[in-house]
Amino acid sequence: MDFSWMAWTLPTAAFFITIFLMLVGMGVWEYFSPGGNPRVGILRFETTRGDRLFVSLLGSAFIHLAWLGLIGPNLWWALALAVVYAIGVFRFV
Amino acid sequence: MAGTRDAVVNADKDQMMRNAPAAERTAHGGLADAALARRMRRRGEESRFWWVVPTIYIIFLMLPIYWLINMSFKSNQEILGAFSLWPQNPTLRNYSVIFTDPSWYKGYINSIIYVVMNTVISISVALPAAYAFSRYRFLGDKHLFFWLLTNRMAPPAVFALPFFQLYSAFGLIDTHIAVALAHCLFNVPLAVWILEGFMSGVPKEIDETAYIDGYSFPRFFVKIFVPLIASGIGVAAFFTFMFSWVELLIARTLTTTDAKPIAAIMTRTVSASGMDWGVLAAAGVLTIIPGALVIWFVRNYIAKGFALGRV
Amino acid sequence: MEKTWNNKAWFMVLPVLVLVAFSAVIPLMTVVNYSVQDTFGGNQFFWAGAEWFEEMLHSDRFWAAMGRNLIFSAIILSIQIPLGIFIALNMPRKGWGVPVCLVLMALPLLIPWNVVGTIWQVFGRIDIGLLGYTLHALGFDYNYVNDPFDAWVTVIVMDVWHWTSLVVLLCYAGLVSIPDAFYQAAKIDGASRWAVFRYIQLPKMQRVLLIAVLLRFMDSFMIYTEPFVVTGGGPGNSTTFLSIDLVKMAVGQFDLGPAAAMSIIYFLIVLLLSWVFYTVMTNYDVEK
Repeated sequence: MDFSWMAWTLPTAAFFITIFLMLVGMGVWEYFSPGGNPRVGILRFETTRGDRLFVSLLGSAFIHLAWLGLIGPNLWWALALAVVYAIGVFRFV
Repeated sequence: MAGTRDAVVNADKDQMMRNAPAAERTAHGGLADAALARRMRRRGEESRFWWVVPTIYIIFLMLPIYWLINMSFKSNQEILGAFSLWPQNPTLRNYSVIFTDPSWYKGYINSIIYVVMNTVISISVALPAAYAFSRYRFLGDKHLFFWLLTNRMAPPAVFALPFFQLYSAFGLIDTHIAVALAHCLFNVPLAVWILEGFMSGVPKEIDETAYIDGYSFPRFFVKIFVPLIASGIGVAAFFTFMFSWVELLIARTLTTTDAKPIAAIMTRTVSASGMDWGVLAAAGVLTIIPGALVIWFVRNYIAKGFALGRV
Repeated sequence: MEKTWNNKAWFMVLPVLVLVAFSAVIPLMTVVNYSVQDTFGGNQFFWAGAEWFEEMLHSDRFWAAMGRNLIFSAIILSIQIPLGIFIALNMPRKGWGVPVCLVLMALPLLIPWNVVGTIWQVFGRIDIGLLGYTLHALGFDYNYVNDPFDAWVTVIVMDVWHWTSLVVLLCYAGLVSIPDAFYQAAKIDGASRWAVFRYIQLPKMQRVLLIAVLLRFMDSFMIYTEPFVVTGGGPGNSTTFLSIDLVKMAVGQFDLGPAAAMSIIYFLIVLLLSWVFYTVMTNYDVEK
């Protein structure tokens, strides 16, 4: 089976492995502490930690896009901002 | 159209008959009641014309379809010549072209093959999954359910290119199974959602009683549960069939000649110069027929199907 | 229904997971890989970083297509939702008019999308189409091939024709679930037609309306086949929606990098909107 058409690169592979590990981590966390710690945060509806992960990831994607579109190609700052945002989401949402 | 109008008027009469006792009751009352009765009469007056809206809407829906049917019975000279509301010299030539030319009727066969394959695959994998979603809570179930929904919402255009690469790599380009698998992208989530809706309507006590009676899970599922949700399976099968049948972009991308669906053959004709309008119209009419034939059986579930089982 | 915790249920979901992962996750990963690289064909790829995303986000062509798509979706929703509610309110509730209405109204939904395009392409032509011919005979200067405005009108009327029935059927499903007693009570109270709609029918339709808005928005946001067949994205670029532009770029010009970057931006927007709608919908169910 030839998979060269998928054109893997180191950064994208690292990206997907990170996402995959996050999902596994969430699974393990959920297994040992079931229920997902539901609470009502600043969005005024109930979220579990899985929802919070999704909101952080999706939000980070848009932060990166906005940075690229409005500021410039240096994405490390966007990444830093995304991390801050993710912490905020896990803390307050 | 006359039939529809009768039907609507009949329904109207039913409605008035149902209201009659209430009207009588109020008519015996005092002044206020008299005013109320007057208002109700007025409303009854209004509702006598309520068939107008559905009728106009249905005429609006049927006109373009009628025009296509009309064209399919005309010769090309007649279509391009004098403008007429119905065929002056009805001809079956356009249909005979389709039924005698393999490059046309093979398109229908190809479409039906991959659509049936897709329906079988979708329903058979969706059945156990829908059961799991309707009966159990498990790790990540809600996120899984949402993820399935996103696949129904994702634009096929996003997937067209990688699908071509993916199925090339497996040597499946221009085969029926490639299109059948690709359409699973939106049909499996659809089937899971619809079936889950129907299964949630079956009381859980039935499962428990069967287990107490000593049924094993597979035997219970096939012998008791599947017959109970047979209508749900029928509806889910209809909708997977339909959505695979109406889709063009992915089917066209993954096929070249041997498995080319009728829809793609039609677009080819559209772009050709010296267009054969009559045959195009006949081909179009023939693609409407499968839907028109089975729609009667699912009429009461059609909203549920389009709403992913959420009504 | 109270559901029991059972992680073994995962095994039942596994076939779906494998199948959808094959047809969704692998292609999406491939798109992400393409979006950060450049290629001249033959599986030769070069690292390009975020270049394509930057190009896309500063591309007038992309934003124009996005703008057209958003305007299109807004127009579609503002026509189809009220019209669908209006027609559903006027549908018969009893008698054999019900199945006749249901079947005839559902018919456009079951027509292959390119045939819908073909129907309207023919119907709107000024030489052989009933609509185009009639409009011309009445003195209107209608020609969807040359005039962007006419092309837009044609595409919108076509979509109204194609999909309004979906809204009608969903609303109707909501309406028939209202017990007759509600109407009778309203009549005895002398409630006006508007009051009946506002306080009895609309609340009952809320849930199905939510679904209708979700489906109509998503499907109009990814519309491809029907306008492609009717106008081919023209005249000029006036009806080139996101999907049409994307397919043109990916399959027509084989610009893998930009097309992939565009796919991802497109997909992220769809993901965000699906999530918003889904959250609203599930929370609505919880409140009920």
